[in-house]
This record gives sequence, C-alpha cells and structure tokens, in this order.
Amino acid sequence: MTARTSHEVATVVRVRIPSPLRSYTGAAEVGVAVPLLAPELPPTVGGVLASLDLNYPGIRFRIIDEQGRVRPHVKLFVGLEATRDLRSEIPSGATLMIVAALSGG
Amino acid sequence: MARSTVAVRSAPLRKTRVLVSTRKGLWTLTSDVARNGWQLAGPQFLGHIVHHSIADPREPKRFLAAARTGHLGPTIFRSADGGRTWKEATRPPAFAEGSGRVVDHTFWLTPGHSTEPGVWYAGTSPQGLFRSTDGGATWEGVAGFNANPNRKAWCGGDQDGTPDGPKLHSILIDPRDPAHMYIGMSSGGVFETQDAGAQWRPLNKGVRADFLPDPAPEYGHDPHCVRFAGGNPDRLYQQNHCGIYRLDRPSDTWQEIGASMPKAVGSVGLPLAVHARDPETLWVLPMDGTTVWPRTSPGGRPAVYRSRDGGKTWKRQDQGFPKAQAWWTVKRQAMTSDARDPAGIYFGTTSGEVWASRDEGRSFRCIARHLPHVYAVEVAQG
Repeated sequence: MTARTSHEVATVVRVRIPSPLRSYTGAAEVGVAVPLLAPELPPTVGGVLASLDLNYPGIRFRIIDEQGRVRPHVKLFVGLEATRDLRSEIPSGATLMIVAALSGG
Repeated sequence: MARSTVAVRSAPLRKTRVLVSTRKGLWTLTSDVARNGWQLAGPQFLGHIVHHSIADPREPKRFLAAARTGHLGPTIFRSADGGRTWKEATRPPAFAEGSGRVVDHTFWLTPGHSTEPGVWYAGTSPQGLFRSTDGGATWEGVAGFNANPNRKAWCGGDQDGTPDGPKLHSILIDPRDPAHMYIGMSSGGVFETQDAGAQWRPLNKGVRADFLPDPAPEYGHDPHCVRFAGGNPDRLYQQNHCGIYRLDRPSDTWQEIGASMPKAVGSVGLPLAVHARDPETLWVLPMDGTTVWPRTSPGGRPAVYRSRDGGKTWKRQDQGFPKAQAWWTVKRQAMTSDARDPAGIYFGTTSGEVWASRDEGRSFRCIARHLPHVYAVEVAQG
C-alpha cells in the first residue's frame, strides 16, 4: 500500500510487536507509515523502526543500541527471513516481526 | 580543602518507605510511625531488572528507577507522585554514536545538589557518567568522563570487570559545592572532580589492589561502595574488594580500617551504610572472600558489624538473624539507613529477604521474604 501526500510518498508496513514491547504500542501488531525517498524504493528495516519510534517514543532504543546495532537478545524477521541489518529492504506486503528472544532466568 | 561540616537533622516521626529494587521488579515497604509494622506493596515493573530506584530529597514525591529487561535495552522510569504512576525517559543514558560503546544498564542514580533542582546523575555499566537537567527525562553524557582519553586506562575494557559487568557507582555530590563530586568504579577506583565533571583525578592512595600486578597502582582499584560520613562530607568511607577504608580530606590517602575486623570474619563485603548524623558510625556486612570468593555470610552465620569510632573498633550485631545455615549475599546498593533517631538500618539479600533494624543495629527483623534477588534498597523519606 502506498500513498502520495503533498510532501512525500509513504507506505504502510505491518509490524508485529512482542509482549515485552506492548507497553508502548498496546497492540500485538501495528501499521507504520514509512516515508519513502522515491516510489520505487522499498522501505528498510531502519526506516520502519524510525517511524515506529515516532509513533511510540522510546521503543527503538529498547531494540537498537546507540551504535545502531540490534540488541543481543532481539531478533528481527522480514517475512520469514531473519536480519540484523537495518538496511534490509521490506518487500511490498511483507511484515516486520520483532522477537524478544527467550533468555535469562 | 577542609570545609565545614553540614548539619543533618533527624527525620520527623512518620511512616518510613523503603524502595526494594529487584531482578524482577520494584516493591515498596511502608512502616507505621514506630517502624514496627511493615506493609509490602508491588510489584511494579514486574519482570524488569530494576538495578536502582531512589527518591529525590529535593522533591520527595519524585522517584527515578533504572530498569531493563532480559531482552530489551536500558531505560529510566520517572514518577512525580511517589511511585503511583511512572513515565519513561524520552532519552535514556546512551553513549555517543560512533563511540562504539553501548550502555548495558544504568546501575546507579544520584539526585543532584540541593541548589540544582531537576539535576540527576546516572552511572552505567560499562562505566559511563550521565547527567539530566530535567528531572530524568533526557540524559547527556558527561564528556569530561565518557570522552576522557584516559578513561580506558582507568577502567579497562567494557568486557572487563565484575561478573554482572563493570560499573560506575557511588556518585557523591559535595553538599557544600555542586561542582565537587566523587565517583567509584568497579573497576577503576575512586575519582574526584572539582569542576562538575570536566576534569577527574584518581583518589586511591593507600587502597590495596592486590589482584593487580602492581598492588598499589594509581587507579584500577575495585571500590564496591563509597559513602560520605554522615554530617561530614570531608570524610568518606569505602567498602573495597580489598578491605574497608576511610579518607579524611584534605588528605588524599585512605586509611585501612578493616584490619581491626575479626580475622575469622574478614573485611570483604559489598555494601556499606552510614549514620545520617554521626560521622563516626558506619555499618558493613561481611561476606566470605576466601578461596573462590563465595561472598556469602562467613560460616553461614550472618552479621552486621558496626563501628562507632570511625572504624577503629567494630561490634558484631546479629540479634534476630539466623544462627546457622544462612548464606546471605547482600549487594552493594542493598544496604542503607534512615535519618530517624535512633537510626534504622535496612538491607536486602539476593535470596529475596529484607531485614530491618529500628535501633541502630542492636536487633533486626525480617520485614519481607520470598521476593526476587534484591539489587538495591533505598529509604524514601517523603
């Protein structure tokens, strides 16, 4: 889904939210409007997370550290593919899934 | 540098609140006026690792809590209503982009000087120092420390240090001068600034570091807990990995005061508490530092040791404690005192018990049990 506004092109990406982060979103899945540099360029994981943080301030820092790396016990999936690269592109219709991996006792 | 002491009045007769930060959330204990009956409330932040929570003496209903979870990055929660509701910091402590460093967790919180409302300091793991000027909503690194070219030499690498990660703790602000501060680091040692953090110098003379090739280095020590003596900020007490120490400014050489502890008990421990008004009185909680360092009550017989003469002599205080088979570990932030007269002493164990004395340690009672691993215990006077 893409939408053109007077200022920019945006697309909406569905993001699945793990329970530890639902205090921010209040929902297990949210749609995030992501501005695109050009209509033919798909959104990236980093772009989606930046937009997610605009809607739910603070959520990105719980997932991504200050050096731009995915935190050790967090996993990201674009569709069925795991990625730790914020430059990964999200194809049209794919979901970004955030997983807080099981760890600790 | 010798300056006047500061007057500290005893706290008024009213309920006492104790904030208990644990590996699985935050609980609050509230007493009656006599500090006899206690009520436990909580949890808040269930499942969050709460390393420290503390009330602001300048604004008693303002609480800050440092939290993270096993999965997610660190953050700070703020309450303006005595802990009933909380808001998350909009910019928690984080190292500068491009520095390569990552805050694993905020370990220590210190309210700022009485003349600087809204100012707070935070110490992190690995060692970093952060300052907020808006009551903990946003945080900036103290560049004089975090970007100091000597920092790595002082602290070692971010993977070095204690099993729970290297830490910056014991942020002490001189009540007479907001620019004069001390910090403790495990590892790194004690450091002092006279200019609000722009420049730092090590302050470790006289402190052993017998785990290093040079047992008397300038820095690299392992202070576990450093506190101002009550009513006299020209005196500091330190529970160190290598014993118990006292520093009387303007001297810059610590005196070892743990040598007078009973040899069978030793002077190894993590926390240290002081009397709010008597600079000669302090309490330590010894733990076993032999062989592989169990850090449990020596012989399974827990005791607090109190000195009333600045560490020259010590008295065992164990009335109310189990007499055998009690293998307590008490972390460095998990023992404190209140400002009442007589003083109350409070500590929490890693086995989830909270113990209290309302008579300066002459007797203790267990006021909570079955909690998670206790990380920090603080009195909220509000």
